[in-house]
Amino acid sequence: MPENKIDTTELVDFAVTARKYKTLLTKKYKNRKVWIEPNPLEIQSFIPGTIIQVSIEENQIVKEGEPLLILEAMKMRNRIEMPFTARIKKINVNVGDRIPKDTVMIELEAIEE
Amino acid sequence: MSLKKNILALRQKKAIVEKGGGDKAIEKQVAMGKMTARERILTLLDPNSFHEYDLFVEHEERNFGMDDKVLAGDGVITGTGTINGAPICIYAQDFTVMGGSLGLKHARKITKIMDHALKMKVPCIGINDSGGARIQEGISALAGYGEIFYRNTMSSGVIPQISVILGPCAGGAVYSPALTDFVFVVENISKMFITGPNVIETVLGEKISQEDLGGARVHAEITGNAHFYAMSELECLEQIKELVSLIPHSNLQKAVKVAPKKPTYKKNIENIIPADPKQPYDVREIIYALTDDSKFLEIHELWAANIVIGFGRLNGETIGFVANQPMYLAGVLDCDASDKAARFILYCDAFNIPIVTLEDMPGYLPGVDQEHAGVIRHGAKMLYAYSEATVPKITVILRKAYGGGYIAMNSRHLGADFMFAWPGAEIAVMGPEGAANIIFRKEIMEAEDEEAMRQQKVQEYIEKFANPFVAASKGYIDAVIEPQETRELLLHALEVSKLKDDHRPYKKHGVPPF
Repeated sequence: MPENKIDTTELVDFAVTARKYKTLLTKKYKNRKVWIEPNPLEIQSFIPGTIIQVSIEENQIVKEGEPLLILEAMKMRNRIEMPFTARIKKINVNVGDRIPKDTVMIELEAIEE
Repeated sequence: MSLKKNILALRQKKAIVEKGGGDKAIEKQVAMGKMTARERILTLLDPNSFHEYDLFVEHEERNFGMDDKVLAGDGVITGTGTINGAPICIYAQDFTVMGGSLGLKHARKITKIMDHALKMKVPCIGINDSGGARIQEGISALAGYGEIFYRNTMSSGVIPQISVILGPCAGGAVYSPALTDFVFVVENISKMFITGPNVIETVLGEKISQEDLGGARVHAEITGNAHFYAMSELECLEQIKELVSLIPHSNLQKAVKVAPKKPTYKKNIENIIPADPKQPYDVREIIYALTDDSKFLEIHELWAANIVIGFGRLNGETIGFVANQPMYLAGVLDCDASDKAARFILYCDAFNIPIVTLEDMPGYLPGVDQEHAGVIRHGAKMLYAYSEATVPKITVILRKAYGGGYIAMNSRHLGADFMFAWPGAEIAVMGPEGAANIIFRKEIMEAEDEEAMRQQKVQEYIEKFANPFVAASKGYIDAVIEPQETRELLLHALEVSKLKDDHRPYKKHGVPPF
């Protein structure tokens, strides 16, 4: 039967509905991913992998559905397509780059149609 | 040859195979801070109780230069023995023999002892220390793994299955432990992952050490794959002995009853919970105050610490405890806590272990990460597990029981046999502040002093609803009890539940929200 002393200096206010409780946080809770609203003008990698091909250039206007680049992951060449017609503002990846998941590969700029 | 000569020849032959991979390989094993497979078995089992089988099994692979390779016991030791007198089947992979790699014969030795355990209705313990599939044997090694997984599944809920990870356990090999009831890991020694750091770096470019990816601590604290975490192999083997003493040998039996003992815990049980409902405490102290000899074997101590599960004894009988832990995350239910408790409840039910639930919880954890992680289906596991369980189920509400959490924590509505509440219990749809804000929204908004009105309404709500008597008036709580009476009442409730006979409609099996 271990003596369990709570380290009161580590206690935080923890809100569950309208009441705040004094409690300790777990490591996993502290490291949880905070949700960020997705930005439709950023094209992110959905899987970690390698850039095999970049088919567009900066400032180019690309139509919805046209190929942007090829991201190879798990022996599969994934064709990344333009989600909607827009201008390519910035390309953050080069052929041969190995990128983690959720990397912003391409930044877009909305255009008046 | 005379029999005497044959006996001597047998002894010689045995001595060679029992050396496993030989002196050099054993030296390496020891240098890694590891015991040999044989030492592990002999340390875990009662003295002179181990009997080995299939010592002379040999592999039959002819490709890739394997035809002239002799592998002692094909890299695994199998046999039977006893732990504190309880019969068990055991196997231990021998890392000194070709890295403990699993070939078909190695796997067949394991499946043979597993079949034996299932037939004889005794627990099966597997000690894993293997580099993985023996690549030279190709698909035969995969077949071997598959045959083990199938038996793990067939044995599930029939005999206790214990996995001990004392070395690497990678790739397909991890799925056998994952299918078993209890997984033991040791700091610096255990490594478990589906794909190792090398593959991850080659394929994905992510650099991570073995320890950070799938070390003992990671599985004990982050993934929940490990149930017990020890700092040394010896400590780990002691933990296994303690666990085996607490669980029944099969689903046909009850756990062995021992002589009852009074709790040795000295603190007054009334003084453990702070008067202020916002202040934390360690719910394990309540458990110590209740159990025989104040002993409690906690499972998953580090993972999802906001709920506590484990075994203790009441009147000499093994009981499964499920308790919210206000010390961590205020004791909320979240994905991991629900997952952890639900599987434990299933285990207790499968093995005839009564469940005592100690409740003090503010609700489910709010947050995008929780919702997106599927807290709905994870939370539902608890409802399913409690509802399905037919063992005696007793709940004691210590303090808060709010909302969905009140239902989930073995409420009357899910089939609790006994519902007790301490006099300070708050059983309500949500905390008083939240409820008052909603119910009296108009009054509060229209008041000259909003804050004063809010406080007044909160107070009103607390007096009217944040107590155990509303629930007691509806018969949802059987008795409002004094903390001092708790142990005696639990003993009594268990006594009268002895012959509990509860049936479920016929089904092949349910479809739980896995």
